[in-house]
Amino acid sequence: MARLTVASAMRPLQVLGDRTIKDITEDVCRPVEQRSGWGWKTLFIVAFLTMAMGVGMVTYQTLKGIGVWGLNKTVGWAFDITNFVFWVGIGHAGTLISAILLLFRQKWRTSINRAAEAMTIFAVICAGIFPVIHMGRPWLAFWVFPYPNMRGSLWVNFRSPLLWDVFAISTYFLISLVFWYVGMIPDLATMRDRTKGKIKKFLFSLFSLGWDGSSRTWARYEALTLILAGLATPIVVSVHTIVSIDFATSVIPGWHTTIFPPYFVVGAVFSGFGMVLTLLIITRKVMHWENYITMHHLENVCKVLLLTGSIVGFAYLTEFFVAWYSGNQYELFTFLNRAKGPYAWAYWTMVSCNLLVPQFLWFKKIRTSIPAMFVISILVNVGMWFERFVIIVTSLHRDYLPSSWVMYKPTVIEVGTLIGSFGLFFTCFLLFIRFLPGIAIHEVKIVASAQQKREEVIRNV
Amino acid sequence: MYRRFLVGTFDDEKKLLASVRSLRNHHIDIYDVYSPYAIHGIDEAMGLGRSRLPWVTFIAAFIGLVLAMLFQFWTSVVDWPINVGGKPDNSTLAFLPVAFEITILFGGFGTVLAFFFRGRLFPGKKPSFYQHGISDDTFGLVLEHSDASFDDEFAGEIMRQLGAVKVKSQVFHS
Repeated sequence: MARLTVASAMRPLQVLGDRTIKDITEDVCRPVEQRSGWGWKTLFIVAFLTMAMGVGMVTYQTLKGIGVWGLNKTVGWAFDITNFVFWVGIGHAGTLISAILLLFRQKWRTSINRAAEAMTIFAVICAGIFPVIHMGRPWLAFWVFPYPNMRGSLWVNFRSPLLWDVFAISTYFLISLVFWYVGMIPDLATMRDRTKGKIKKFLFSLFSLGWDGSSRTWARYEALTLILAGLATPIVVSVHTIVSIDFATSVIPGWHTTIFPPYFVVGAVFSGFGMVLTLLIITRKVMHWENYITMHHLENVCKVLLLTGSIVGFAYLTEFFVAWYSGNQYELFTFLNRAKGPYAWAYWTMVSCNLLVPQFLWFKKIRTSIPAMFVISILVNVGMWFERFVIIVTSLHRDYLPSSWVMYKPTVIEVGTLIGSFGLFFTCFLLFIRFLPGIAIHEVKIVASAQQKREEVIRNV
Repeated sequence: MYRRFLVGTFDDEKKLLASVRSLRNHHIDIYDVYSPYAIHGIDEAMGLGRSRLPWVTFIAAFIGLVLAMLFQFWTSVVDWPINVGGKPDNSTLAFLPVAFEITILFGGFGTVLAFFFRGRLFPGKKPSFYQHGISDDTFGLVLEHSDASFDDEFAGEIMRQLGAVKVKSQVFHS
């Protein structure tokens, strides 16, 4: 018996409650097949109305022009680009969980990777909207792609980081989408074989591509998953690197630093894990998946938050130190202005939410308390949104010429668009957990069968 | 033309693996194994070779890299060179990020398409003949009655002894 405890302490169970292979199919599929409960309905209505409000806001600013925003003579980027960077960052945790943790053979990723990948896709959709609105004439958005045109052909400027961004985000979206879909094919086949409804059966049959579980296909499938993970890993790093280069290549104090790429990538992972935590806490409750998304998973997410939060905090300190040590008065001014200027409240919100709040996760009590981690996950999201706001606005509102110093204040339209983007995100996510297998059934089965074998060995000792 | 198959049904991957090994030791060819998840060690037990998908990835990614570099060179140097901030027309280093993304894009899509092609997966395809419960918790071991030397009784006995829940023969017209 003593042996059993020791072994279990070393390797926490991934699936609780002695679930058999059949139970796993049942547990994941049932909530999707049943009528939705009041919890899901309430959340969906709220999310949908928020999204509708956002659609209204976007329609209004498209018709009126982006003059309805609070931008002014020096602050040409503010809320919109903040939201863009924020949402792209959220996406990164999904890829990290599905690809990087797969390469590191972290078994705990299996029950949360599907939801995290879905989160990535919806977050990138939210992100993509903002630069398009920012163009002012979104109906000409396709001009960013190099296609033969009647203007000469006038090609896009391949030397511009903004164009690199177009390619990085589009590729990231497509690869994530394919990765997510391929991962879902065997589970779609499971749904196909279970479902009774005619339309559902047709759709699941169509998208499961006649999957039959042949061992030859499985062998290739495993190879494919590894390859896609190997491709998604460098791309996720490249995406936020390029987003940071949008800033770093411009000669603006506070932006023009070499620390930006790693700082942005870690910040992205940090904020993404914050969002993963928020979503997992909601999902396990709404879908009754406590046996699959266990405290062990949540605690691991918290540990990643603690690590990345500390790295982000370290980057804040490094930035400040370098601003002083470089002897560059413009750089130093920008940082002092961040900490003590009119936007000091935003700066200190960012520091407390990103540097201080995650430090509570050193305590196991807090790391394993759902209400505590829910609050922390929200604060991390708030903090990371403010990080982008601080970086963008404080660097722009006081430039080289004191006579042009201004303050930036968002208008109702801008705030409404941000809130609306959350509506879009949650609407998509709620539809996803309602209609598609939100847990990777076939992967959890592998983990569960390995776990059963291990338990048998221990019992027989 | 019709084909005869012998189908063994299992409820446990260990029994299935043992049967696969035993059948192969008796030089009986296995048509295929069907399972709800990727069984660890099945490729080795069935003597499947390493997947050649990584080669597809490499070639597709390489094509992407070359095309992306050539295209950027052609648009920026040959077709309509424009002086942007005094940067050289052929800004090779600045072309790398886009080339990198296209490399990954081609690599990823090439591999997935090759996977669909090799696994014969396409929308509208009917799942193969043996599918009941396979996507849930049942494992199927299928042998083809390919010629007169195939001994139904013997193969069935091996599977039954190693724990098959059910063994039956099926005939399919094709």
